Amino acid sequence: MTHHAAASAASAGPGRRLAIYLHRRPRLRLGLLLAPPLGWLVVAYLGSLGVMLVSSLFRVDAFTGKVVPEVGLANFETLLTSEVYRTVTVRTVAIAAAVTVTDALIAFPIAYYMARVASARLRGLLAVSVLLPLWSSYLVKVYAWYVILAEDGVLNWMLRPLGLSGPGYGDVATWLVFSYLWLPYMILPIYAGLQRIPESLLEASGDLGARAGTTFRRIVLPLAFPAVVAGSIFTFSLTLGDYIAPQIVSNTQFIGNVVYRNVGVAGDLPFAAAYATVPIAIMIGYLLLARRLGAFESL
Amino acid sequence: MGASRTSRVFLRVATGLTLGFIYFPLAIVALYAFNGNTSLGWPITSWTTDWFGRAFADEGVRNALTLSAQIAVAATAVAIVLGTLLAFAVQRYSFFGRETVSFLVILPIALPGIVTGIALNSAFRATGIPLGTLTVVVGHATFCVVTIYNNAIARLRRTSRSLEEASMDLGADSFQTFRHVTFPAVRSSIVAGGLLALGLSFDEVIVTTFTAGLQQTLPIWILSNYLRPNQAPLVNVVAVLVVLISVVPIYLASRLSSDAGNVASGTR
Repeated sequence: MTHHAAASAASAGPGRRLAIYLHRRPRLRLGLLLAPPLGWLVVAYLGSLGVMLVSSLFRVDAFTGKVVPEVGLANFETLLTSEVYRTVTVRTVAIAAAVTVTDALIAFPIAYYMARVASARLRGLLAVSVLLPLWSSYLVKVYAWYVILAEDGVLNWMLRPLGLSGPGYGDVATWLVFSYLWLPYMILPIYAGLQRIPESLLEASGDLGARAGTTFRRIVLPLAFPAVVAGSIFTFSLTLGDYIAPQIVSNTQFIGNVVYRNVGVAGDLPFAAAYATVPIAIMIGYLLLARRLGAFESL
Repeated sequence: MGASRTSRVFLRVATGLTLGFIYFPLAIVALYAFNGNTSLGWPITSWTTDWFGRAFADEGVRNALTLSAQIAVAATAVAIVLGTLLAFAVQRYSFFGRETVSFLVILPIALPGIVTGIALNSAFRATGIPLGTLTVVVGHATFCVVTIYNNAIARLRRTSRSLEEASMDLGADSFQTFRHVTFPAVRSSIVAGGLLALGLSFDEVIVTTFTAGLQQTLPIWILSNYLRPNQAPLVNVVAVLVVLISVVPIYLASRLSSDAGNVASGTR
């Protein structure tokens, strides 16, 4: 490499001169580095969000079906006053909350086992086992449940000898599928959070006479709580914004379904944009709350 | 750790059941790909490998597969350039608004998918850009930047600058130093991030449905065919293919980035 460098120093070609020019101007270098990615994110992403927020104030002409750029709050009025949309919002938030609680309950034991009981080798293996399905196709997983929950599907076949039957398609199926889909997002932060608890704290609790159950309740749970909140950000947000799973395993409407229908078939883009601000507002509130509970340090 | 015998047994059983819950649906779909019947009834009574041949011969499947691969490659290429530049800017310089930038890059993946989808949809309509392959690439690249950025910046933080200084002291200019010293150090992290981006793009549905217009990517193909009874066997096969295709790069990526936590930090 020194030969190479010495050779090009002697010739001092245009590349070399440019390198020297840039080397002396760190601000210009920074500008050149930042311009493409920031330009993209600001124009393509923030710009789009801005267009969406502005268009949520517009309305669609009932006769021509064209967007009329007149600013007004009519869309938001419909959202707040209409019984239908209130039901959809409540259903979406309720299922998001149920999914979050379910995932926390399922995730805690396996995360605890991984972090505190399993050997180092097994721990690595379990971490990969939890991660791999996180990245395998989302749609395939939803579709798998569509097959499983079918009238003559696996679940009913397994439950029939017990005299039971599965939930079929509907809100229960949606809850089940969402809990399944986002489970790894809950396991991983709790696992990381439990690993961070120093062993000495648990030993001290035991030395002071606390039984295992008491130590768990008064030491482990409070220290792991921020990690649970961190995981809940994912389970909650992902459920709020999804419309594919309800479309496949249910016939009830979620916020996402209404938004999608209004972008497509119904053709009321301003209303869709207005409804999309609901999950944004809920998520901002949720994130502020999560930050107060110390969840951001556990992300 | 003072976990009692009973609680250990409970934890072991719960872990086993959870893993079973996680892998059960994937196993079921894999079995259905070899189903000799066109119905989705269980138990499967006859077995065949015919559907794989049919799926590969099916023009709709082939076109969707090609389109998805093209989009994934294009979106990843854009994301690699943008994510790497951004990682260098944020890690190597201090400037006003640096915190905001690192927040801005995760926003497309942190906000619900429909928000990103409808925002892009409104913007494309407002500017008169027709929906198609290009708009899907724009959408995918936007949320893929974060995977490259996260991987590259984590590596840059761990890489000592003394090697670069040594290179400059030995007479290399900044381009040569970048080519021979800096880039080789971050290369594998960029590849890992790129592989994740490929998997993410290949699999994406929500943003895609808002930006694709009439184009059919592989997930969109599944979505529009799963309800058609005589297409169901093909959907099963495609589902298995999608899992295989998206797990391979993700597995490789997790091997390349040193710890599993990196992979998780790039998720949506």
